[in-house]
Amino acid sequence: MPILALSGICKRFGAHVALDEVSLTIESGEVVAIIGRSGSGKTTLLRCINGLELPDRGEILFDGRPVQRSRAALRSLRREIGIVFQSFNLFPHLTVERNITLAPMVAKGLPLAAARELAGEVLRQVGLEDKIGAVPLRLSGGQQQRVAIARSLAMRPRLMLFDEITSALDPELVGEVINVLEKLATEGMTMILVTHEMGFARHAADTIVFMHQGRIWEKGAPSRLFTAPATAELASFIDAILPVGRVVSDAVL
Amino acid sequence: MNRSFALPEFIYLLAALRWTLLLSLVAFLGGGVVGFVVAILRTTDSRILRLLTTGYIQLFQGTPVLMQLFLFYYGLAVLYDMQVDAWPAVALAFTLYAGAFLGEIWRGSIQAIPPTQWEASACLSLGYIDQLRFVILPQAMRISIPPTVGFLVQLVKSTSIAAIIGFVELTRAGQLIVNVTFQPMVVYPIVAALYFAVCWPLSQLSRSLERRIDADLGVKRHL
Repeated sequence: MPILALSGICKRFGAHVALDEVSLTIESGEVVAIIGRSGSGKTTLLRCINGLELPDRGEILFDGRPVQRSRAALRSLRREIGIVFQSFNLFPHLTVERNITLAPMVAKGLPLAAARELAGEVLRQVGLEDKIGAVPLRLSGGQQQRVAIARSLAMRPRLMLFDEITSALDPELVGEVINVLEKLATEGMTMILVTHEMGFARHAADTIVFMHQGRIWEKGAPSRLFTAPATAELASFIDAILPVGRVVSDAVL
Repeated sequence: MNRSFALPEFIYLLAALRWTLLLSLVAFLGGGVVGFVVAILRTTDSRILRLLTTGYIQLFQGTPVLMQLFLFYYGLAVLYDMQVDAWPAVALAFTLYAGAFLGEIWRGSIQAIPPTQWEASACLSLGYIDQLRFVILPQAMRISIPPTVGFLVQLVKSTSIAAIIGFVELTRAGQLIVNVTFQPMVVYPIVAALYFAVCWPLSQLSRSLERRIDADLGVKRHL
């Protein structure tokens, strides 16, 4: 049974159709990279999965159960689905440790000692155990993003969503965040990523979803999608992000 | 037979300053409770609660505090069909006046917190109360301290209006002393100096808090 199944998801913002009959299933342990031009609905799709946006139509099944819209249902859903944002969104008034322990203690009732232990553990996962006492603003963008990942991991989610998490970073800081993602992927975390990091998408993702005009335009294994796109839109998208051409890009990818 | 301004008169002013401070304190604390509730309700999803609290704020910000004072003073008198003590009327009027302003200051502080903080905490499965308690209010509080102290200074000064309905605070005491000494240019400067002695440290405090918070948040001030 897939861990997540979307069927016929539609979402409009005024006259703009953000999502148009999107259906997608994700197996446990699968790594899915969603690519596409800006405005193609990638982020909206991601936000529908954990209820940050409510679809106008369609059904979402998480772990075989339909996702309800009540506050309580969303809260319990979000204990199992983590999300990391482009702009980190750490709590600036709290230390790294408190950023991480807050939700497990408040939302899951974990005692302080256990929460602290957990904070150390997830920080080790992202390689930042020495920053446990720091305040977020003293950290680099890459470090802040790794703390945000750790904060999300501390909820022990069964599915992680990543929304362009390297897009706000200076280029030299992207690598450290990608490394964390790769580690998570090899550890078997189920992940859905909206990303522009094609190199990462190509070698770490099991499935690439190409979105265009609010629809899933093309979907498949990275080896096929990147080398033999079936649609003109995907071909032109690949050319656009890798202007040197696909022959060279194969080597780069 | 004129009395002239001497130590007993000064002590009388000091005693009256006590009422100015007490009224300010009551209005600030009472207004703080009202303002807190109003600020929270103004930022909820409920349309009705937002409308009610907005109405309250607009009513109290859009009318002179003197009118509010008159309405409470005579209103209570009519309600109880007798001459009422000035104290409950001024305490109530200034509490609601302070509540409206503090509510507005604090609403602004809450709304100054980026929506992404609400979103990030919601995504960590925090409920509304916990979001407010652990994420939003601690940040909003920092922003709100300087304007809150700034308002407190305004409040202390505006309590002088209570003199008009006969509440004997500092200004009214000054008037009474002038009536017996006929030395307004001695008495009123002293009254003003007493207000200054209370308000100036408060505004200094507000400024230093502002600087400290800016430094904490890494804000660079271009002035």
